[in-house]
Amino acid sequence: MTPSQPEFQRPSMRADVVCVGFGPATAGFLMTLTQGLAGADGAPALESRVMPGAPPQVLCYERADDLGYGVSGVVTRGRGLKESFPGLDFGSLPLYSEVAEEQVLYLLDPLGASRRPALVRAADRLLKSLPFLARDHAFRLPYVPSFLHKKGGFTFSLGQFNQWVGGLLMSTGLAQVWPASPVAGALIENGRVEGVRLADQGVDARGNLEPGYLPGMDVRAALTVVGDGPVGQVGRQLDRHFGLPKGAQRHEWAVGMKAVVELSPDCPLKPGTVIHTLGYPEPEIFGFLYVYPNRLASAGIFVPSWFDNPGRTAYRYLQHWMQHPALWRHLRGSEMKSWGAKSLLESGIRGEPFLVGDGWARVGENSGSTNVLTGSGVDEAWTTGVQLGRAVVELWRRGLPFDRENLEKAYVRRRRSSWVEREGRAGRKARDGFQKGFVQGMLGMALTGFSKGLLGWPGRPLQPHQRVPTLEKYAAGRLDAAQAAELRRQSQAGGRGVHDGLMDAAGWPRPTLDGRLLVSHQDALLKGGKVRASGRYADHVVILKPELCADCGEKVCVDMCSGQALTPGADGVPVFDREKCVHCGACLWNCAKVAEPATGQTNLDFRAGAGGLHSAEN
Amino acid sequence: MPVFHVVVCGGLVPDPLQTLEPVQGPAGWGLKNESMLPAILDPWAASALFEADSLARANPGSRVWLVSAAPKAKLQQVLMALAQKAAFELVAVDAQAGGFSDAAECASALAAAVNSIAGLDRSRLLLFGGWESASRGAGATLAILGEMLGISEQFQGVDQASPKPDGSLEILERVEGGRHQVSLLSAPPALLGWATGSLPEPPNNPQVGMLNMRSAMPALQKAAPSRLTGGGLALSSVELPSQRRDTRVVKDMPEDQVAREIVEWIAEK
Repeated sequence: MTPSQPEFQRPSMRADVVCVGFGPATAGFLMTLTQGLAGADGAPALESRVMPGAPPQVLCYERADDLGYGVSGVVTRGRGLKESFPGLDFGSLPLYSEVAEEQVLYLLDPLGASRRPALVRAADRLLKSLPFLARDHAFRLPYVPSFLHKKGGFTFSLGQFNQWVGGLLMSTGLAQVWPASPVAGALIENGRVEGVRLADQGVDARGNLEPGYLPGMDVRAALTVVGDGPVGQVGRQLDRHFGLPKGAQRHEWAVGMKAVVELSPDCPLKPGTVIHTLGYPEPEIFGFLYVYPNRLASAGIFVPSWFDNPGRTAYRYLQHWMQHPALWRHLRGSEMKSWGAKSLLESGIRGEPFLVGDGWARVGENSGSTNVLTGSGVDEAWTTGVQLGRAVVELWRRGLPFDRENLEKAYVRRRRSSWVEREGRAGRKARDGFQKGFVQGMLGMALTGFSKGLLGWPGRPLQPHQRVPTLEKYAAGRLDAAQAAELRRQSQAGGRGVHDGLMDAAGWPRPTLDGRLLVSHQDALLKGGKVRASGRYADHVVILKPELCADCGEKVCVDMCSGQALTPGADGVPVFDREKCVHCGACLWNCAKVAEPATGQTNLDFRAGAGGLHSAEN
Repeated sequence: MPVFHVVVCGGLVPDPLQTLEPVQGPAGWGLKNESMLPAILDPWAASALFEADSLARANPGSRVWLVSAAPKAKLQQVLMALAQKAAFELVAVDAQAGGFSDAAECASALAAAVNSIAGLDRSRLLLFGGWESASRGAGATLAILGEMLGISEQFQGVDQASPKPDGSLEILERVEGGRHQVSLLSAPPALLGWATGSLPEPPNNPQVGMLNMRSAMPALQKAAPSRLTGGGLALSSVELPSQRRDTRVVKDMPEDQVAREIVEWIAEK
């Protein structure tokens, strides 16, 4: 984004701090900052740098129509959160429950449809021969490894927590959080980030001007804080502009899809029960079930980028996972209350970008804070925000500019000496083995976890598009070349992905819908909440080079689309329907073609857009 | 060109997509986790606000006030979205008002707030609000407020108000059978309880938002606390209306068939 597009009078304003995105990291930042900016009486103790004499001007722009909109029940150890709110009765948080029981279940395949390596099949046979070890086709690990457990932690609704924090910090009068305000990009001038530009309104889907055109405002700020999540437009723009540190890579991803369900009255699971699963519906897919008070629970799966399936789909696999006997005995009779999906940047600290520069700093998942060994990200993201908040208060008080050198000293040093960094580094090798396969991955996780990061199973992470197999290769043994070609043709003609055909051929039975928990994909969107898609913005999913799509045989973007917003187009170029987009961003990293080899940019760009899925229960 | 002083009264309600659960606490009935639930301006009142904004823009010199009784922190949060959509001056009453409040008591607090507006010209006053309320559907507060303010010209279920050059307004009120009753209001003051109106939700304009918040923040900070005691109101029982949802996606189905199936579905229930 450059400021050289003044076709229209573009409004502009100045601020001290402008933030992009309001997730847990930015919430932690703003909470800490506003506390630091206030005096003992609550009035501003520091004055604005851009408007001397005025209170600090701190702004935050969030694309969603409200704060904390997404489906968001989480389990966390909550160390950073507890430190930030020493006097808070966490029990008052919605969906709060202390972790009471934790299990890890290895799920066998009761259907014989799963693609399991030989070693896994052998282990399955052994377990099946010892039924006292494998109740309901599941083997419960005798204990939860220390690096994985959430002992002392709690479940809660992150969405409602963020709502509450938003209210708290705005009531100080020291920060404004603006929802429904997508940020088009950062203003980068002479190597310095000078602020952000909000997305233009009054344009058509392709960005062409329409009557009522409203140019996005330039918000120029002394400090730009980027916390726009794993697929955020501004974070990726900074990566393209400034590059990544030597050795850093952002190749590992997953989509997390889950539902908030109301358990049946006779479900015996107690609040605070946390179940992790592995092994089913495919070995590469991990699952979780967190039980909240009032018979509510989150149930979901993670589908990783190293699941080498050109027809990978989260939704249908979620339905099969729910129906596994070990889970179905708990979920039978449940009702879906809410549903949603998001991308996870699973490179963790390996994907850490430059954290600061002149006039900017990054926090949260986009900054590589997710711990891929412990499977934890919310508390880490919050804590990085707190660290930056303390740093900014310190620099403000000392009258020092927000340049790279000062931010390195005040923020990056804090981060380097914290538990987030220490534990993140201990987990950096944890996922490498999965590049080789499921068994190697599990062994690698154990090696890394038990050696506290010293050991791991070697594996070089590849970008998703570098490893996705052709449809023919994946289906070999189940479909011959002619059948695969026919599946592709039918997919194209029917405007749908190939996953149903692949799964049917593998022996997965079509789920019988019950209208309560097992519902069609589109019904999940409707039961999950509402997709808000303002027509005044350009489409946020953009195909850069249509000719590459026309030539693409593996349209993973279509199969992996969490909302069925991408469908095969008549000319082979996927068609995007923003009214179904839940903003999970999975299309970005599931695209099988590269448009810009130098940067690794896939042929599908995920840009600033308003709205998204507002969960019915978050 | 006539000049109007439009006062829009509107409360906050939880986002209708949230799961609501009535609970009885020491202070009476309320909604579980109400302070944590995402809130919006009551949709009926929001229609009134957008109509007021449109009316004021079409009649230069007019002013719009939004009077809202709600918890201060929650109101601020809602304003961040609302303030981008329409220009208004905020008059805030810091009160725990909602679907369980006594309508007359709430109207009394609002009347005090309206009476405190400096520069409000009663001869130009149009009191806007929702015909109904998403908090309980009774929509009684606005009518009582009008009585308290001595406004005898009251219109409910308004879908359109068209000003004439002489300052009169043609007002369309909903009546049975999808028809409208057309009235001619010779001059303000008047009360208009809006139905849905006909305007789309305005786009977000960050500049309008910043401008609004510059005046709204001080107004919020000096919002007078008003303790609604219940006014002797006793609720014998509280329950949610039953819901049933059958969703399916159809494509290319004629409108008549869609309508027919919906009628059959309703008839089955």
